[in-house]
Amino acid sequence: MSRVDIWIGGTLLAIMIAIALLSPYLVAADPRALSPGSRLLAPSAAHWFGTDQLGRDLFARVLWGTRISLFVGFSVALLSSLIGTAVGMLSASNHQLDAIVMRVMDGVMSIPAILLAIALMAVTGGSVLNVIVAVTIVEIPRVARLIRGVVLSLREQPYVEAAIAAGTSHTRIVIRHLLPGIVPPLTVQATFVWATAMILEAALSFIGAGTPPSTPSWGNILADARALWQIRPTLIFFPAGFLFVTLLAVNMLGDGLRDLLDPRQKPEG
Amino acid sequence: MLGYVVRRLLMAVPVMGVVALVVFSLLYLTPGDPAQVLAGDTATPEQIAKIRTSLGLDEPPYLRFGRWLWHMVHGDLGASIFSGESVTHMIGQRLQPTFSLLLLSVVISIAVGVPFGVAAAARRGGVLDHALTTFTTLGFSLPAFIAGYGLAFLFATTLKWLPVQGFVPLSDGLEPWLRNLILPAVTLSLVYAAIIGRVTRASMLEVLSEDYIRTARAKGVTPWRILFRHALKNAAVPVMTIIGIGIATLIGSAVITENVFAIPGIGRLTVDAILHRDYPIIQGVVLLLSAAYVLVNVAVDLCYTLLDPRIRY
Repeated sequence: MSRVDIWIGGTLLAIMIAIALLSPYLVAADPRALSPGSRLLAPSAAHWFGTDQLGRDLFARVLWGTRISLFVGFSVALLSSLIGTAVGMLSASNHQLDAIVMRVMDGVMSIPAILLAIALMAVTGGSVLNVIVAVTIVEIPRVARLIRGVVLSLREQPYVEAAIAAGTSHTRIVIRHLLPGIVPPLTVQATFVWATAMILEAALSFIGAGTPPSTPSWGNILADARALWQIRPTLIFFPAGFLFVTLLAVNMLGDGLRDLLDPRQKPEG
Repeated sequence: MLGYVVRRLLMAVPVMGVVALVVFSLLYLTPGDPAQVLAGDTATPEQIAKIRTSLGLDEPPYLRFGRWLWHMVHGDLGASIFSGESVTHMIGQRLQPTFSLLLLSVVISIAVGVPFGVAAAARRGGVLDHALTTFTTLGFSLPAFIAGYGLAFLFATTLKWLPVQGFVPLSDGLEPWLRNLILPAVTLSLVYAAIIGRVTRASMLEVLSEDYIRTARAKGVTPWRILFRHALKNAAVPVMTIIGIGIATLIGSAVITENVFAIPGIGRLTVDAILHRDYPIIQGVVLLLSAAYVLVNVAVDLCYTLLDPRIRY
């Protein structure tokens, strides 16, 4: 089942990445171009997904939204993995530091993720970069906790103890013995962080605390549709459908990778 | 037991202290002058000065933190920059819709998730078991606010069984309260019930393989009694844990979902505060809901001892 999940998830994700990269070539329409004369049009040959209340082409906006969503998800997954790994390893290597760092991480994790992101966005202002920073800060403690646990467990392994007894340098132990053990659970965690980051970005933009309103992100498109979805449900259906498929792809890839790389975490089944 | 309750509550104090410190420090993460950032690009020097004074930004941070903490433990969360109204009062006015929604969502999630998980474990590999797995995978990929639109479109706009939006207080009657809340509560429960169901299933499978269950079967105890009387009680601790942890996601989703269903709760207050860059309100909301999350988990910890007498503190 794990390989099937990886194949389906990986293929869907590859399609979404291709759409994100090729969106400027796939649609001729400008996703920001206003056309008051063609407001709220139904899907047609001219406008595949119809138009929104400002006459903007929904197909162009949804396709460009793929870029924002995947870029935010990937950036957060990468940054929180790098910073979280550094924090987790540092914490596991020093008892005094561990007590302080982990209490801070516990405190941050006691704040519901979306609320912390909202508070961060409220003080920094709406931009794609600020969304990435805010969601990365939210996700770092989860990665750091995981890596700390893995490192503490690996350090007790006989081969690591043997390396320490043999006088192997600290750097060499980290690179040769600890990092290979960290990579599988980190890869799995990164895919889940990716999915969470895309949800948080959409949710933040939906309530007006994410990317600037003019940016064609899925959350913004959904926010614009809030007052009009009963008249024109397609305004919600298309961005929601793209978000759902992308999240499904990332989650399936994550589930498949977990079963393949880290079978101990596989749910009982 | 009383000693443990007091100890456990005291243990929550430093966690809330760190939460307060994090929330307080966020304002200083802003590159440049926080008052300028909160006031916006078009603000006049007078408006910026007003914000600086009302937030106490002209004081050293440690003094400001001390004073803010002192006011906070006395129930004073400051005043709104926009309206000047007390944040504690504003949040208090909007608590009922949000807590009604959260309470109903928790009840629905447990009422659906636990029996679903038990049934899936009892018929491992059966239709219900596969349905639970599929539902969980799909549920994790469908954010609550999007699922909300789907349910509202089906049950409110198309079938016209339920109102699309709004909230009626419980004092106006149970039926109208429930009619208005059922759609948002089911929306929030979708993922939460699926998580509870999966953990219940996994925990039940572990318990069902134990010797005392085999003994009960050999003695001719009915399957129903084995599942609900003997197994579920012992499988309940991990289920309680996930109910506690899942509350954080539920609270976050409620803040967003309130805006789909136009519920005048804390979520709506938060969105208005974002529009006006009213940071004291956001600070108050984050603190209050984080405290609620910490307290729920303290309660969950206390429930362990009631569920499993082997757990002693």
